[in-house]
Amino acid sequence: MYKIVRRKSLKPTVTQLEIEAPLVARKAKPGQFIILRVDEDGERIPLTVAGVNPEEGTVKIIFQVVGATTEMLNHVPEGGYLQDFVGPLGNATETEGIKKVCIVGGGVGCAIAMPVAQEFHRLGADVTSIIGFRSEDLVILEEEFQACSNKLYVMTDDGSYGRKGNVTVPLDEMLAGGEKFDMIITIGPLIMMKFVTLTAKKYDAPITVSMSPIMIDGTGMCGGCRLTVHTEEGDKMKFACVDGPDFNGYEVDFDEAISRSRMYFEYERHAHEAACNLFKMAENA
Amino acid sequence: MALDPKKHAMPSQDPQVRAHNFDEVALGYTEEIALAEAQRCLNCKNKPCVAGCPVNVNIPDFIMKAKEGDWEGAYQIINATSTLPAVCGRVCPQETQCEAKCTMGVKFEPVGIGRLERFVADWHNANATEKAVAPESNGHKVAVVGSGPAGLTCAGDLAKKGYKVSVFEALHTAGGVLVYGIPEFRLPKAIVAREVEGLKDLNVDIETNVIIGKTLTIDELFDEMGFEAVFIGSGAGLPMFMNIPGESLKGVFSANEYLTRSNLMKAFRDEPKTPIMKGGKVAVVGGGNVAMDAARTALRLGAEHVYIVYRRSMEELPARKEEVEHAIEEGIDFRLLNNPVEILGFNNPEDPRDPKNGFVRAIRCIKMELGEPDASGRRRPIPVEGSEFELEVDAVIMALGTRPNPLIKNTTKGLEVNRKGGFVVNEDGLTSREAVYAGGDAVTGAATVISAMGAGKLAAASIDKYLSGK
Repeated sequence: MYKIVRRKSLKPTVTQLEIEAPLVARKAKPGQFIILRVDEDGERIPLTVAGVNPEEGTVKIIFQVVGATTEMLNHVPEGGYLQDFVGPLGNATETEGIKKVCIVGGGVGCAIAMPVAQEFHRLGADVTSIIGFRSEDLVILEEEFQACSNKLYVMTDDGSYGRKGNVTVPLDEMLAGGEKFDMIITIGPLIMMKFVTLTAKKYDAPITVSMSPIMIDGTGMCGGCRLTVHTEEGDKMKFACVDGPDFNGYEVDFDEAISRSRMYFEYERHAHEAACNLFKMAENA
Repeated sequence: MALDPKKHAMPSQDPQVRAHNFDEVALGYTEEIALAEAQRCLNCKNKPCVAGCPVNVNIPDFIMKAKEGDWEGAYQIINATSTLPAVCGRVCPQETQCEAKCTMGVKFEPVGIGRLERFVADWHNANATEKAVAPESNGHKVAVVGSGPAGLTCAGDLAKKGYKVSVFEALHTAGGVLVYGIPEFRLPKAIVAREVEGLKDLNVDIETNVIIGKTLTIDELFDEMGFEAVFIGSGAGLPMFMNIPGESLKGVFSANEYLTRSNLMKAFRDEPKTPIMKGGKVAVVGGGNVAMDAARTALRLGAEHVYIVYRRSMEELPARKEEVEHAIEEGIDFRLLNNPVEILGFNNPEDPRDPKNGFVRAIRCIKMELGEPDASGRRRPIPVEGSEFELEVDAVIMALGTRPNPLIKNTTKGLEVNRKGGFVVNEDGLTSREAVYAGGDAVTGAATVISAMGAGKLAAASIDKYLSGK
């Protein structure tokens, strides 16, 4: 069992947890993820590490309530326990040789983008961050990004906070203005990463995308997280858990990944409703 | 008394009934049947059956005890060489091992060794009250990576000799393929859990949620944690696909994923937390035990029709005979000498948001015929030109085997692997690194439970020799 040492509500549906997992805390690097189960018989869900405290032996995760399992996770109190917590999984984000970087985060993906931005800042790189959200009530981590970025753009789809528009707008402006980045790193919804990649492509700018497909074990056993990359030697099947989660944005077949991500969409919706109803009943009882 | 030429049949659940539940198919011998079957053993002097067993269980001796109704005595004889009798009695391919060598089998049917082993082990589990007692510690620490059949066997053998053993398991439950791969109806998980508990009685630590190669490295096990030897039994890795179009469609699974969802994550239950596709028509590609398990799982999850698509004929089908017979009885449709060339998806050109878009609709196969034997000694399947046809299905499960897991190789210096990614070991199970041993699927690629146990056993003996000489 793994103790939730601290719990902080960042927004009504976005929560930050710090979990006691000393072995993971000792090892996890920006870009890697963990898998957890809330309770016995629970689902295994991958979540990217949002930070670690090796001295204290804790790992920070930030999640948005999107389905039954995250709904349940959101109901575990501070001091409570998670059934399982394993990691770190996947490969750390490549930082070598990157002196000027643009980090593009979307929604709760910003929680994953943040430690990556912090790592580049720590290494002395010039960091430009673009973070985008649907609306003001979902904006997270602005201060943290401010602290580790030379330049920061905050975007909302509806204009309720920061600048109106999506994250590709300032990226396109910068690239059109002649700005050169050693690497653009984007983390967020698939559809956003697809369009960030298309924007980068217009200017031949190198781009890394962080994939988070459906997976079970996360150790290269189930193959559920497979995706297609188009390389010079032809199409290849890759596994996000052991080959990724970071991939060259130009090579990823986003349409296939988007389709695969919706495999259990209907099921998830019903499961989430059922979980919400259970919690409501408990509250009203 | 005349010898019965036939092996006593295994009482089983009715095929019509069991096709819709996850309870164990084979019900096991009664004491009466077991006594009668034991009478069929000739107790040959040269014991050919023992040589057919990868862990050399002293088969005639245990059957002689069984003949007397001394079930505990019989169990102790098996247990002296095999760590997991209740498991082996259920999943070993006896027809190609011990029973293939049985003298009775020359003229008649061989002795039902596997069925007797199962009865003896189940009798022990139901009746024995004494817990295993951990021997006095010899002060040596050994780490075992993976809690599948290789790891559990290696850990058990070493613990019995007084080693302090820690088993590291990447998943949340110990048992490896016995838990995530082999379905409940063939190997009840309570039996695996019991074997794991037995190891804990021997003072073995089982650490779940630790991925060696990620959470800890092999070097850290030695340098920081003080282990003096390591056995790697990390098992199967990346599932193989066919590299045909359509394998990324929704509804295409590796057998690993499909079985893990059902077995480990309990998706076979009503309203499971982990979803799985239930119902519809399902094609399983492959002819091994895993393919049979996947097909029969699909049936039990409510599939209306399940195909096995295999490119060779029934004769070359590698699955255990009993599983094939069970599958046929349950109504699995064997489409032999067929090979998939493409998986076709649903695509509604009128409505890009049609929820069925991107899901499997059919599998296109080509008929095969058998030519000359290939390197494996089996006749090579050759496509019959112009014979392509479509099978309408909603799901396709690829059961084509696995490549070894890359995590340990990628994080451990000086650990040599072969072309397929399996660890290179010598005749003692030793890898290219001092004090690092390996065995099971991590070395051989997908194979059987008992061969993994044999490798675990060999490594335990080698580790004992190595450390006791230190």
